[in-house]
Amino acid sequence: MSNSHHRRFNVEFHEDLCKGCGLCVHMCPHHVLVQSERLNRRGFHPAEYVGEGCTGCGICFHTCPEPSGIDVEPHSPTSA
Amino acid sequence: MSQVDSPTHRGPFRKVFHPYHPMSQPTSSRSEPRSRSHAPQFMKGNEAVVHGALLAGCRCFFGYPITPASEIAHTAAELFPEVGGVFLQAESEIAAIQMVYGASSAGVRCMTASSSPGISLKQEGISYAAGSELPMVIVDITRGGPGLGNIAPEQSDYFQMVKGGGHGNYRLPVLAPASAQEMCDFTVDAFTLADRYRTPVVVLADGLIGQMKEPVSLPDAVREIPDKPWSVRGDGATRENLICSIFLDPPVLEDHVRHLHDKEMEIEAKETRWELEGHPDPELVLVSYGVVSRIVRGALDEALAKGMRVAALRPQTLWPFPTAALAHATRDAKAVLCVELSTGQMVEDVRLGVGGAIPVHFLGRCGGVLPTVTEIGEEMESVLAQAEVLS
Amino acid sequence: MKEFHRPEALYSTFPRKGGADPEATHYCPGCGHGIIHKLLGEVIDELGVGERTVLISPVGCSVFAYYYFNAGNIQAAHGRAPAVATGVKRARPDSIVISYQGDGDLAAIGGNNILQAANRGENMTVVFVNNAIYGMTGGQLAPTSPLGMKTTTTPEGREFEEYGSPMRVAELLAPLDGVSLSSRHALINAGEIIKTKKALKKAIKYQMEGKGFSLVEILSQCPTGWKVDPVESLHWVEEHMLKVFPLGTYKDEPRQRPTPPHPADYEPALIDRVIHAGTSANGRGKAHEPVRPVTLPLGIRAAGFGGQGILLLGEMLAKAGLAEGLSVTWLPSYGPEMRGGTANCSVVISDTPVGNPIVDQPNLLLALNRPSLERFEPMMQPGGVVIYDSSLIDVGPTRSDLTAIAIPATKIADELGTAKVANVVMLGACMELLAFPSQSERDPLLQSISRDEKMLEANRLALKGGMEAARAAAAPAR
Repeated sequence: MSNSHHRRFNVEFHEDLCKGCGLCVHMCPHHVLVQSERLNRRGFHPAEYVGEGCTGCGICFHTCPEPSGIDVEPHSPTSA
Repeated sequence: MSQVDSPTHRGPFRKVFHPYHPMSQPTSSRSEPRSRSHAPQFMKGNEAVVHGALLAGCRCFFGYPITPASEIAHTAAELFPEVGGVFLQAESEIAAIQMVYGASSAGVRCMTASSSPGISLKQEGISYAAGSELPMVIVDITRGGPGLGNIAPEQSDYFQMVKGGGHGNYRLPVLAPASAQEMCDFTVDAFTLADRYRTPVVVLADGLIGQMKEPVSLPDAVREIPDKPWSVRGDGATRENLICSIFLDPPVLEDHVRHLHDKEMEIEAKETRWELEGHPDPELVLVSYGVVSRIVRGALDEALAKGMRVAALRPQTLWPFPTAALAHATRDAKAVLCVELSTGQMVEDVRLGVGGAIPVHFLGRCGGVLPTVTEIGEEMESVLAQAEVLS
Repeated sequence: MKEFHRPEALYSTFPRKGGADPEATHYCPGCGHGIIHKLLGEVIDELGVGERTVLISPVGCSVFAYYYFNAGNIQAAHGRAPAVATGVKRARPDSIVISYQGDGDLAAIGGNNILQAANRGENMTVVFVNNAIYGMTGGQLAPTSPLGMKTTTTPEGREFEEYGSPMRVAELLAPLDGVSLSSRHALINAGEIIKTKKALKKAIKYQMEGKGFSLVEILSQCPTGWKVDPVESLHWVEEHMLKVFPLGTYKDEPRQRPTPPHPADYEPALIDRVIHAGTSANGRGKAHEPVRPVTLPLGIRAAGFGGQGILLLGEMLAKAGLAEGLSVTWLPSYGPEMRGGTANCSVVISDTPVGNPIVDQPNLLLALNRPSLERFEPMMQPGGVVIYDSSLIDVGPTRSDLTAIAIPATKIADELGTAKVANVVMLGACMELLAFPSQSERDPLLQSISRDEKMLEANRLALKGGMEAARAAAAPAR
């Protein structure tokens, strides 16, 4: 059950808006977000989704201080 | 008003102040004609302000009690609710002007009134309102100062009202009534000007004009109030609107100030008002406003009866000051006598208008002491005698 | 199945912000403001009030909230948002007014403004962002800075002896009767964030339902001001703020407000009806050609003790002149002196427009006590008339160039049952001597003093008494 549940959501980061504060990584209850080794356009290490394990709880969305920083939506089968 | 408009960067402000050509006829504006179909009512200047405001479509009054302006709040508290308007006694003058800021932002005609110490407190909000281009009417019933001073009439708020008492580059139209009738009429005019130019407008009177009762012929209520598409009304049509006085980018703020300044130039050109009475070819020109102009009128009548060549100029707008009218009136005069209830505030503008061509004399009383007709008469004789010696 | 996207109430890009980077907020990494904006935006969307919302953003880091909120926006002076919000809400009661304030703004410079708006029970919502520091101006002490906290203006840390304790706003406002909702929340974990959102939603719902004033205080991290990284800032809240600022609801007692007026609805006909009530149409002419003992213009001084009705006497004389079709002014001595000390007023009645309203040289003096007679007699014009209350003034005017008329006004009034109408006795005496106004104008004048039948009758008798006394007093002199 947990596997099928996890695959149903996707966390989409708008990487260039990320200021690398790390709140989403810290707050994610499933520990499926990390701060990238890469630098974004602003010179921050942007947060990113490890690709699985998201339950769609939206906590990362609510902890992100940027209005358009994160979208959480159902995983689209076509893009899988 | 959006900050996204691309700045035009029109460069520095450059001006040349040419001497006023004394022969050029100055232009003046007049109150708009209004229908008056009712017998005069006998009322205080302070009460006339409120009647004028309501008849001008003012819908919200926010104030704080202070002598000698309190009757304005009393009358407003009685009448505004009766016509579906809002009266609210604020916690302070500071708050009252900010409530006006809010109501004006929301697109209704609104006002506040106070007396000198209270006006000092309002200057914060007045600067913000000037910056945000919010139409509103501010009535100052000037009393004695500085500090707590006293509650007697003075004209010592000229500097803080006419020269801009708050921070930043702005000027506000200042109307100076000299009767209960004008307290009503100029208040109505103040609302018209406020909306026409999107600016706060001041009605500057004093304790005596506020307290004096005279018959007032009240006009009919204005039929329509201009639409304010820029306002923030809490509806879909105005959702994108912003009221603000902050412009972080230096060229953008300079452009905003330039926009305000352009309006000021237009107001100077179109809205200057005064009254000139007396001898058509005067040797001596008296300049006074408000209550003092009433006393000067008495002195003028006596002087004319004696055959003296004297005229009296009464600015009805203190900003814009009738500088050209003064230059014209004094073209063949030997001297000017400026009379004020201050140690000399408007006289600075009189000096600018005369431009050093002839002597400018000043006669002032303070603390609520009023000059008498006799006192002014003696001063006129003395000034003319000095002019004879010089010529 | 829920999705999470930027709420409609927040713009997707921020052209008002301008500059090189109009997509991202101006807030520092990890700043609580951005989180609160998002929560508020969601609540506005969920309640469907986007078009009705008016956001007030005063000075502080959130002064630029108008970059982000797709709402009617008003930027305000430091601390004054509750007053501005009051003005907006009173002018437009159907708008949803949100005052978004920081701690320096709300609790320091705007302390009285928030207190009074709360106490009035203004039907509005206050979002109070408490980050214990002045962020925008450079990390100075705030009223809510915890004890010991080092700021740029308390380099050794806040000391109780110097600055007192941090101010607890949610607790402070809760006891005020005007407050419907006062609660404190934090952004330290998912649970508290959701509670914060629920509180915001409740507060705006109360406003929609006309249920009064709400304050939602939010402990918000300021990593830059606190000089910690964003994740540490969450611990900083827990360690330094929660003890001082306990989370919880301090009051939740919604109170239905009465239906407010809608001043934007303008009815000129109603204004005319109210303002012109009681005034007849124009066209009142002179009643007759009166014979007057003094020529126009009349410069009248009426003077006596405070409480004798001096100002009213003067006003009635002015109205009598007005009824006669003459130009008049009435000018009182005003202020503290009218309550207890002496009172006097100037009245000018003229057949040409009145210039100077100040009577320096009266030609008619109405003296109701001795000090008044002594004060004004020397100022009188030669040939002037003095009417004095001979029941209170034993020696009349001493100048030989004045006509003195003694009226025992207080005695006559007292015999009518109340000394209070002595001023009306004097009025009657004046009317007799001035020969105006006409008979038909007299009763309307008395009615303008009081319509109370008993009082009106007393005034009629007093007026009559004064007129008779004046006839008696003047007759031998002629």
